[in-house]
Amino acid sequence: MKWIGAALLAASFLLPPFLAGDFYINLASQILIAAIFALSLNLLVGFGGMTSLGHASYLGVAAYISALLTSRYGLGHGTSAIVSITGTTAMAACFGVIALRATGLGFLMITLALSQVLWGLAYRMSNVTNGDNGIAGLTRPMPFGISLDSAASFYWFALVVATLAFLMMATFVSSSFGSSLKGVRDQPRRMAALGFNPWMIRWITFVYAGFWGGVSGLLYVYYNKYIHPTSLSTTGSAEALLGVIAGGSGTLGGPVVGAALVLLLKNYASAYIERWNMLLGVVFLFIVLVMPTGIVPGLSRLLTGLRRGSR
Amino acid sequence: MTPLTSEYALEVTDLTKAFGGLVVTQGVSLAIRPGERRLIIGPNGAGKTTLFNQINGDMRPSSGQIKLFGTDVTYFAPYKRAHFGLSRTYQIITLFTGDTLEHNVTLGLLGLLPSRWQMWRPLSSYGDLATEARRVLDTVGLLHLAAHPVSDIAYGEKRRVELAMALAQKPRVLLLDEPLAGLSNTERSTVKALIASIPRETTVIMIEHDMDTALDLAETVTLLNYGRVIVDGGRDAVIADERTREVYLGV
Repeated sequence: MKWIGAALLAASFLLPPFLAGDFYINLASQILIAAIFALSLNLLVGFGGMTSLGHASYLGVAAYISALLTSRYGLGHGTSAIVSITGTTAMAACFGVIALRATGLGFLMITLALSQVLWGLAYRMSNVTNGDNGIAGLTRPMPFGISLDSAASFYWFALVVATLAFLMMATFVSSSFGSSLKGVRDQPRRMAALGFNPWMIRWITFVYAGFWGGVSGLLYVYYNKYIHPTSLSTTGSAEALLGVIAGGSGTLGGPVVGAALVLLLKNYASAYIERWNMLLGVVFLFIVLVMPTGIVPGLSRLLTGLRRGSR
Repeated sequence: MTPLTSEYALEVTDLTKAFGGLVVTQGVSLAIRPGERRLIIGPNGAGKTTLFNQINGDMRPSSGQIKLFGTDVTYFAPYKRAHFGLSRTYQIITLFTGDTLEHNVTLGLLGLLPSRWQMWRPLSSYGDLATEARRVLDTVGLLHLAAHPVSDIAYGEKRRVELAMALAQKPRVLLLDEPLAGLSNTERSTVKALIASIPRETTVIMIEHDMDTALDLAETVTLLNYGRVIVDGGRDAVIADERTREVYLGV
């Protein structure tokens, strides 16, 4: 049973380039990028109990740094990627110090405010960011000399990165440190009395989530070959948060499913219904009412229930 | 760790804590020797738990000093005090309800180990931690429930998990906040025997209302009322004291 599920899952990721047209392959690539982004947000929201509404900061800043370095300063993609990820992670380290002065709603508001500052800068500092026009005409990297310009080749590239990201974040949350993180989420006072440093645990997680947010930002800018201030907008942060909650926060599969759901609705349904946002709202409401803990935990509970019933 | 040079395991000097105009700890001073069994009594609202919260660092005192084995820890964060050998249990049970008993105790062990920062190896692969956690669960008589989540077990058993988490840390100073609260008679005697079996390397300071049980465990007693130390000394002397009868025993 478990193996069949795993095989189906693997097939659903491996088959698209062979079966589908470019539109769907590109959609699948976008889902992978959104999944990395949602997984990194889930480290904060689901495993750390830190609900952030500013996670687009890391995606956007990584994308902007890469775009500026490759287009304006003519640096290679390798160097740009390293600088971009290092810079984004360093920014997360600073933002973490500010945001983690608070928990709960205060934390949410600080992350929102910080991301709004960046969004405003991207719009207003038009001599650097080109403002509302965005930066166009970007290129995709050529790892080991392989061009990523076709939909299928980019998909394979994104799949490798996403798999790596998934495995590394899965390792992170099941490690001793991950257990400390979940402990701090559930009983911070008790954890402190046991010898754990709650602030440091939260901060390290914040920085790590910023790192993977940056990785998804790089893929994002490679995919679009274009960057605009909307990549830093609260809408981006909120959509990812919606995906994490809908899919199942604090699980590993949840953010992937949630990110896919949001993107499918956005791209696919918008072709048929003009107000796709409304549809997203209705779907979200349905999930919250029927499976309050999210799709993945909800379905797994349903499956165990059925199995028990059939015995 | 500092060597055991100090005469006292825990020394509290002139500790005061005020919430606005309400003074809940008023110039409390305590000196507790290593290995001592100290019982802290007092009516509801006497400031017993607030005193514990200041000793363990959950609350910062308004003034005064707290020393652990001669080191001033008044401004240490709670986690730092834990690394100094201080453990506590909570009056209101504070466990990780979704996790198994074994995991709860393992967290107690992990808190003092450098491997709590380790981000690669799954916690479940630490066989020695699991073994030790199960050994501690065995000492409190809960080994058979090790794999059950805390939410599945009875109240009295949860009290014992609280105790197991603290004992797993092999503390030098152990603060027990009403370890007998809400237990049945049988459970009481189990927990009483358990507390009595704590090795002498551990100094035990206990808040407890059940005088019949707790007095047997204590060597020295401190009586608090309205945030002040009323009587302090050997068990029999404190019990015989007129002020104790007046404030607490109501005889």
